[in-house]
Amino acid sequence: MFQGDWIKLTFICLGLEGTAHTFGVGIVTSEGDILANEISTYVPETGGIHPREAAQHHSCVASEVLQSALLKARISSGDLDIIAFSQGPGLGPCLRTTAVVARALSTLFDIPLVGVNHCVAHIEIGRLLTGAKDPITLYVSGGNTIVSAFADKRYRVFGETIDIPIGNALDMFGREAGLQHPGGPKVEVLARSGRKLVELPYIVKGMDLSFSGLVTAAIRKLKEEKEQLEDVCFSLQEYAFSMLVEVTERAIAHTQKKELLLTGGVAQNKRLQEMLQEVANEQEAAFYTVPKEVAGDNGAKIAWTGILLYKYGKTIPVEKSLVDPKWRLDAVEIPWLME
Amino acid sequence: MIAKGAEANLYRSEWFGRNVIFKERVRKNYRLPVLDLQLRQQRTAMESKLLSAAKKYGVSTPTIYEIDMKKTTIIMEYIEGDRVKELLNYELNEDKKVICRKIGESLGRLHKNGIIHGDPTTSNFIYAHGKVFFVDFGLGVFSDSLEDASVDLHLLKRALESTHFKIAEECFSEIFTGYAQIVGSERAKEIFNNVEKIRLRGRYTLRGDT
Repeated sequence: MFQGDWIKLTFICLGLEGTAHTFGVGIVTSEGDILANEISTYVPETGGIHPREAAQHHSCVASEVLQSALLKARISSGDLDIIAFSQGPGLGPCLRTTAVVARALSTLFDIPLVGVNHCVAHIEIGRLLTGAKDPITLYVSGGNTIVSAFADKRYRVFGETIDIPIGNALDMFGREAGLQHPGGPKVEVLARSGRKLVELPYIVKGMDLSFSGLVTAAIRKLKEEKEQLEDVCFSLQEYAFSMLVEVTERAIAHTQKKELLLTGGVAQNKRLQEMLQEVANEQEAAFYTVPKEVAGDNGAKIAWTGILLYKYGKTIPVEKSLVDPKWRLDAVEIPWLME
Repeated sequence: MIAKGAEANLYRSEWFGRNVIFKERVRKNYRLPVLDLQLRQQRTAMESKLLSAAKKYGVSTPTIYEIDMKKTTIIMEYIEGDRVKELLNYELNEDKKVICRKIGESLGRLHKNGIIHGDPTTSNFIYAHGKVFFVDFGLGVFSDSLEDASVDLHLLKRALESTHFKIAEECFSEIFTGYAQIVGSERAKEIFNNVEKIRLRGRYTLRGDT
């Protein structure tokens, strides 16, 4: 298991991320030191992410990103103890391309392979870097919108989107408004100059959320009712984030957890952070935001989660390393956390 | 105060000699004041309407005594009983199965008459005097659509899975039996299939080997 070096105390994991538009290689030690975290992101010329084109991008840049990560970490392939990869959930073509790279490395250098759930990884890197121990996690990105908390061996899903994820909603609106992908950050900037609250649908269903109707309504306000772009961006954010924060607050109240962790690509949004900070104060919980460098998709979070899984013997043979585009967060057992 | 929810504070009090619950939807500082007030007023009004409409169709709910739209408060009957959330904490026995079936029947009655609860979790069901009382209709709507009814059932299933994960499947099957008895097996089947579709819409598929 330790490549014959059984007294070795620190081991090193190389993590490959490739669930959507980002191909990333992270190198992390079992002590939690991030030695490298290189990414290359596919940017579509027009429109949103085309899965096949994103996958082609990943295969084109894979060896380059891999080499620059090894160089940055100042190690060679011989120093690696584990190869971890994002096994799901995500876009099929992207997942498969990344898995091919992982299997090749594992086979070529005879290093154990670990399949990591992308959503679990977002939570684990957040716990590692913020010091949160047992948080309610709000994970918001282009591909996911999940409110979760640990209970009985798993991260249970308390609330989630029943149609499109929040990041996707912001990007879709951005595209219709003529903003380049990803639209989310541009919507945030424009929203700062918005003043008028345009009426939009507020859709919370129990603990679950729905954003598709909200986006359609926002587009209509912009194109048919000729509302100012800044005002629609502002209103879209206010409605969407109020919905997210409401569900998150209820999860905190329900579970009585004392920590709140914000992660995912949309975690960088200042307005969302501000609203969550307010709720955390109200509910007497500590609020943590995952640092910018690891909030979006990246290899370091995959590598770190790979280390956790490896410690519990969760390696997989190549023939069982099929990807799963719809792999749920709550399908994964989390042996490293106790009640 | 007896409960500080995320959305409202509940106080127990007396009102002209009756035991009442005073429900106050509190201001949320994270929301814009205009959006905040609009949501609180909408929910106060909708909850009051749905609580009394539900009663008409044989679903037990607390009686409303007073509504204040400015302060977004409702004064309603206090139900002396146990929250189903606590009752379903351990193994499922015959008594608890009966409660589950009753929940299903009441939900069926609501849906059959165009009422969607909106937040059907076990915290919002109170078992008292052999009956299940439904409370907290703040997220509810009037609707006859298949989709809305399916989402309601989907939410109940999700609530069971996140809070009562050990007995979730059994509970849901009892609930569904009660539900089907009221809405009819054909409609129930249609809704059940749609619930499955909703699960697949999000990331709801489980890995084959887990």
